[in-house]
Amino acid sequence: MQLLAQVSSETDLYVAQNIFFAVIAVTMIYAAFRVVTTANVVHAALWLVVVLAGVAVQFLFLGAEFVAVTQVLVYIGAVIVLFLFGVMLTRASMGDDETVAGEKRAMAAIVGVLLFAVMAMALVDSFEDTRVDIDQPQGVTEVSDAIFSQYIVPFEAVSVLLLAALIGAIVVARKD
Amino acid sequence: MLLNQFLLLSAVLFCLGVYGVLARKNGMLVLMSVELILNAVNINLVAFGAFRTDVGGSVFALFTIAVAAAEVGIGLAIVLLMYRNRRSIDLTQADLLKG
Amino acid sequence: MFPHLAAGAVSEVSTVTNEANWLLENAWLIALLPAISFVLILFFGKKMPFKGAEFGITAVSISFILAILTGAAWMDHRDNFTLDTYGEKAAVLVDDGAGSAVDSVTLAVGTAAEATDGDGQAYVAVQKTTQWLQSGGVEFNAGIMVDGLSVMMLFVVTMISLLVHIYSTDYVGGDRRYTHFFAFLSLFTASMLFFVLSDNILQMIVGWELVGVCSFALIGHWWEEKPNSDAALKAFITNRVGDVGLLVGMITLFFAAGKGMTFDTITINENILQGGVSHTALVVAAACLTIAVMSKSGQFVLHTWLPDAMAGPTPVSALIHAATMVVAGIYMVARLFPVFWEGMQIEGSSINFLATVGAVTLVGAGLLAFVQDDIKKVLAYSTVSQLGYMAMALGVGAWTAAVFHLFTHAFFKANLFLGSGSVAHAVHSFDMKKDMGGMRKFMPKTYVTFVIGSLALAGLFPLAGFWSKDEILVNTGGWGILGGSGSAPGSYTFHFVMGMIGAALTAAYMTRCVYLTFHGEYRGGHHDDHADDHADDHGHHGEPHESGPRILYPLYILSAFSILVGFVNFPPGFLAGSKKDPAGWQERFLHFIEPAGSSYFPAVGHATPSWWLAIVASLVAVAGAGAAFTYYFVKVDRLAKRTGEHLVGLPNGVTTTNAFARAGHKLLVNKYYLDHLYTGIIAGGTKGPIAKAAYWVNQNVLDGTVDGAGRTAVQSGKLVYEKIDQGVVDGAINASGRTSDAIGEELRHINTGRVQNYAAIMFAGAAILAGAFVLLLAF
Repeated sequence: MQLLAQVSSETDLYVAQNIFFAVIAVTMIYAAFRVVTTANVVHAALWLVVVLAGVAVQFLFLGAEFVAVTQVLVYIGAVIVLFLFGVMLTRASMGDDETVAGEKRAMAAIVGVLLFAVMAMALVDSFEDTRVDIDQPQGVTEVSDAIFSQYIVPFEAVSVLLLAALIGAIVVARKD
Repeated sequence: MLLNQFLLLSAVLFCLGVYGVLARKNGMLVLMSVELILNAVNINLVAFGAFRTDVGGSVFALFTIAVAAAEVGIGLAIVLLMYRNRRSIDLTQADLLKG
Repeated sequence: MFPHLAAGAVSEVSTVTNEANWLLENAWLIALLPAISFVLILFFGKKMPFKGAEFGITAVSISFILAILTGAAWMDHRDNFTLDTYGEKAAVLVDDGAGSAVDSVTLAVGTAAEATDGDGQAYVAVQKTTQWLQSGGVEFNAGIMVDGLSVMMLFVVTMISLLVHIYSTDYVGGDRRYTHFFAFLSLFTASMLFFVLSDNILQMIVGWELVGVCSFALIGHWWEEKPNSDAALKAFITNRVGDVGLLVGMITLFFAAGKGMTFDTITINENILQGGVSHTALVVAAACLTIAVMSKSGQFVLHTWLPDAMAGPTPVSALIHAATMVVAGIYMVARLFPVFWEGMQIEGSSINFLATVGAVTLVGAGLLAFVQDDIKKVLAYSTVSQLGYMAMALGVGAWTAAVFHLFTHAFFKANLFLGSGSVAHAVHSFDMKKDMGGMRKFMPKTYVTFVIGSLALAGLFPLAGFWSKDEILVNTGGWGILGGSGSAPGSYTFHFVMGMIGAALTAAYMTRCVYLTFHGEYRGGHHDDHADDHADDHGHHGEPHESGPRILYPLYILSAFSILVGFVNFPPGFLAGSKKDPAGWQERFLHFIEPAGSSYFPAVGHATPSWWLAIVASLVAVAGAGAAFTYYFVKVDRLAKRTGEHLVGLPNGVTTTNAFARAGHKLLVNKYYLDHLYTGIIAGGTKGPIAKAAYWVNQNVLDGTVDGAGRTAVQSGKLVYEKIDQGVVDGAINASGRTSDAIGEELRHINTGRVQNYAAIMFAGAAILAGAFVLLLAF
């Protein structure tokens, strides 16, 4: 990604990047669409992998290398596996999910479209063609320095949260 | 690159996630849709971080990933419990909130 | 008057030292011990011979001894602290009492100021702080602050807790969660001690919440029965309401008085007193903190959880009502007194929020105590009423009187609660009308202690309640013709009158309670299949019998204290001391507790009590008691003897003959309908009509918009239904129309109970709001 970033800073056109971005973005949107529409639970989980990988690539575009790596490790590595376990344990029909009532879909679609309309309007209105230039990818050092100095309190809070979630999950799911 | 291309992509993912949360009957699928929403938020955070050349965006994206991991853990535990109690993870059957 | 105070009102330097007697510096040990005991009981309790009780009792005993020693050390420190004692480590500042320039020396270890009070001795608090963490330039400290107030609280909390521990070994003996009970008693004690010792507001919030959690666990100790777990939930949720106030108030203080830099209580108080803190911010903070007090200390209108909290075991009620939990609110106000002093402009005023809340509570709860049949509920409302006294006293600026009342109240209320537990233990019920009566024959010892507690609560000379209640009344400054003197902070006539009414009420309802419980004929014993919620193994339901020594001895000790503790603060002019020590026992409490002249406490004036006031107040109490006495001991008793029936009231008393009185009685029995207001109207309203309204908006306005049609009017509901249902849009719109033929019918289907429908409404609402914002900003 560093290579791409350097190229882009010299040429002002970002052609290569934009093409690449468009390909990834379209893939992601299609995959996300399949996640929320496919009738097969396992397929949905696999489509989710595509979206998550796409998100990781987007992080690379934005120069956030460490976040991209974490995304791959935690999400694709751990979360998806957790999902697949969940699918197996609940013996949710490995095949097709029963069709969802049409009325609900329409309601959800209306809400979704409405939300998108509002957000798109706000975004286009306020950022128009603001550019984001990434000259230098963010180093891991920078991120870790920030976490362990400026953001130490949120970091500790997240640690406690994870512990609480751990205990909570055990308490909720154990049999007795 | 434009800031907006990231933000709009994230908005699309977000709205698809919302659609999934609202329309899906299966508890597992709802959780997956929640992941879509969280990832959309992350793209936003990192994009703004890059835009302002502020490392805070990445830091909070990392926090979100941690919180999302916790959320999936708890969410799955709840879905499992629901499955154990009702032999089904159909959310339309969970209507005890009915007043 | 203290001219030296008026002159040099607030010293410019902190009257704080971090070098003092070892005991004062290490007071945190007192809080640590019960916390350790909690952990030990949790892990090893069940394996021990006494099921964990020994850990709790040992830890609290040591804490109690340490608290006494700390008290002694504090008295010595208060009278003799000089910089010489601790050499060059502590700094000295000399204030000559005329407000002239202070010679400040600041050393690395801290600063102390020598501001003088009447005895020419500085009041120097002890503070030990360590940095916990630092983030963004703000230091988060953990530390202890020891001054008269916290030392007094340490003593009260550890003592009551110790007695409750001992009492509990008998009272909850054989309970299925005996070990857990002791674990939580320990944690409860530890939390309260932690709260009391806090030196910064962040720590106070933590202690405050810990106390709340422990009370939740203990109130719901017998959670298998629905009312108990409901009561615990109610206590917890009602307290959450007040916690919003606490958080907002504390955050406001942090930014306004702490300058966004420090959470330190002393610094915050000093900044306020030195001026320069926005008055508006202080008003907001004081009002928010008052709301916190309303929930925690059971003030109107958030007191409703407190009587329900009687569902917990009696020792817990004693602990909650005497030493922990409910006094946390009062303590918080006392600790952050400058916030209220400045924010509510207590001085020179005649009315303010805090004092009025207290005054209303004091009379309102006193009235409620009359209609309770459950002995513990009488005492619970009595606590609410007495807390009203304390809040009112703080509100009128009578700081010392409030703290003194907290002190005396702790002993006699613990006495009464434990006494009621002793009776209930014998008859297996709390219902005075059904299962008690004539208990003095069976339990003469409990009877005597209970009467002593009642007299002390009623404020009869010379028991503890008399002195503290009198001091509050004097310092309201509203005595007018009754001839008080000195300088009370304000002239709160209304509050004075309410205080007088409260005194009469207190005496009267305690008389009723004593009669119904201990006099007349025994009414219990006729239903042997009575629900036995103690799970104890006594098994015999014949005649009630006196309780065992582990219940009685705490009662004796508390009775002795109920008689004696009032003597520590004789008003000036009463029983002057010897020539050698002219002050004698006068105002010892004030001397050791009130931080007069220190840098973090305002210059509060004190009224000098008059004989007239004391006599009138006593007469009022006696009149209240007399009225109830005449009714129960004379009229009812005589009728009961004549008819031979078990009577708890006159058959054709005023509530049955007079419509107005009957209405009043009904209002009281229904507790002013506050519970109906909360559950029926507010919660029901949110869940019912408001949710319906939101859904209606969703269905009609939102979908109507999407549909591009202007079919949104209320009147055209029918039309909307028809058009939509005819199949313009299938889906959400359809869902609302399917099962009904009228819009009203349709609205009942909102409460589908399906989370996703609620989520859809929420998201749509958010989208619409956001859209409105965008449009507003765009144009």
